[in-house]
Amino acid sequence: MVDAARSDLRAYAVLAWMWIRVSLTYRTSFAIMTIGQFLITGLDFVAILVMFSNVDSLGGFSLAEIAFLYGGSALCLGCADLVLGNIERLGQRIRMGTFDVMLVRPVSAYIQMCADQFALRRLGRITQAGVVFAWAIVALDIDWTWARVAMIPYLVVFGTVIFLALFTIGAAVQFWTSDASELANAFTYGGSTLAEYPMTIYPLEAVKALTFVLPLTFVNWYPSLFILDKPDPLGLPSAVQFAAPVAAAVLSLAAATCWRAGIRRYRSTGS
Amino acid sequence: MSVIEVQGVSRSFVVRRKVGWLGRERETVHAVRDLHFGVERGEMVGYIGPNGAGKSTTIKMLTGILVPTSGRLTVAGMVPSTQRTALARRIGVVFGQRTTLWWDLPLRDSFDLLRRIYRIPDARYRANMATFTELLDLAEILDTPVRQLSLGQRMRGDIAAALLHDPEVVYLDEPTIGLDVISKSSLRDFLRETNRERGVTILLTTHDLVDIEQLCSRVMVIDKGSLVFDGSLDGLHALGDARRTLVVDLVEPGEPIRSLGADTVKVEGPRQWLTFAADTSAAPLVADIARRYQVADLSILEPSIEDVIKQMYTRTPREG
Repeated sequence: MVDAARSDLRAYAVLAWMWIRVSLTYRTSFAIMTIGQFLITGLDFVAILVMFSNVDSLGGFSLAEIAFLYGGSALCLGCADLVLGNIERLGQRIRMGTFDVMLVRPVSAYIQMCADQFALRRLGRITQAGVVFAWAIVALDIDWTWARVAMIPYLVVFGTVIFLALFTIGAAVQFWTSDASELANAFTYGGSTLAEYPMTIYPLEAVKALTFVLPLTFVNWYPSLFILDKPDPLGLPSAVQFAAPVAAAVLSLAAATCWRAGIRRYRSTGS
Repeated sequence: MSVIEVQGVSRSFVVRRKVGWLGRERETVHAVRDLHFGVERGEMVGYIGPNGAGKSTTIKMLTGILVPTSGRLTVAGMVPSTQRTALARRIGVVFGQRTTLWWDLPLRDSFDLLRRIYRIPDARYRANMATFTELLDLAEILDTPVRQLSLGQRMRGDIAAALLHDPEVVYLDEPTIGLDVISKSSLRDFLRETNRERGVTILLTTHDLVDIEQLCSRVMVIDKGSLVFDGSLDGLHALGDARRTLVVDLVEPGEPIRSLGADTVKVEGPRQWLTFAADTSAAPLVADIARRYQVADLSILEPSIEDVIKQMYTRTPREG
């Protein structure tokens, strides 16, 4: 079990490193793509800045507080996107019949799919989100305690895991309908955009759905409530603010189940 | 123990078809039914059949990509459907229609990736690379990205890739498809040598019967999901009761020749075509004709394996 995990990680590193080397052979193109990603994803935040030139707060949150929410969500999405962003091409591979090739290699097909065409240019998105996040942390007048400091890496790690699981579920669905990648994107990229804003601007039913059905509030909303010392509009017990690992574990389990079921289906239908 | 053992393996698919406006009909299609065969270590077996006969389904089950509906099969002592990734280290696969290499990487990098993924020991890797570079003439194309290779070059790369980790069993799914005559011939030389020198067991599907004639001592024919023949090439000829043809050039045009169980099938001036059973000797027939007619020239045409197989497909009853 441990051996298998180690050899999977090793295979991932080998595959990813190869794609990094390929992308670095065309340095100019790599630089342009990375800066492009930085700028394009930055437009999202520019929109928020424009909004705040007209208003002073949104849903009871200041610009710096929203920058914190935005940075947290975008950073987690960016990290997950870097790790397995190309898994969404599964449907395309199935249609072209090239998924079979991954099944005859001595490495799990999941690892191969995650590392396929590993795109380091996605660091552009991560950098942009990181800059906004860092600015928010500096600009905000946070009452720092050790628990609040520890909550920052906690947010990034478990938020990333939640997005990894969502990407995986979105890809696994393509074992059934191979052109579902747009639908999957609505949940991952779309979900991350929802989480960039304070939940106080959404109807309570939507916030409940984002907590108990598609648990995106655990990515950045609940950790932020703790760090920023804000009340929970749902009035849930304060333990919920630390429940990100639970949400991440449940989603990961669901993702693993979906992926396995998908592989099983593929291997029993051949399509 | 045989390196490949297939016992009563069937594979069916449920296909949904649209009927009318909203209705959908489920239909079970038997891609492969009740296959029985074994392949011994070091054998080179040809696996042939028309499109959709079940060749690819069989190969997919032997690699573990596809799980059989019923029956038992083992490759190198392992059950492919449950031990797929472990088995992957001991088998090599070439899909003629699509590459197993990385499209955007130079061939050399693809090989290097495989070395790390399969954890090929350095000494073995160097030795194999040296051998394949020489025999498959790879030196000039090692630094070319796979997408820029011609079909023949890509196939050479693919075959080297499938053999780098010293597999015991190699499946070649239409390895010569789309290749020119020279590429085909050098590829066949390589496969023959690999099979002989390395003792690799090779299962080869093809539409080119010359591949079979030149490479395989044993041939399996599948049609509509069932194995209709498994044996030597000679046996295939006999079974197909194909006939040999004797072409006789008489000095002058004459009546159709009648002789010793041969049928005169065509007369064109002084030239006549006679067919006779493939398993009988031509000598008595030739002697008889030479004695009774004024013969200017004689030649014998062997039945082509293509004719034999065509005959075989048309003879098995069609369904539906």
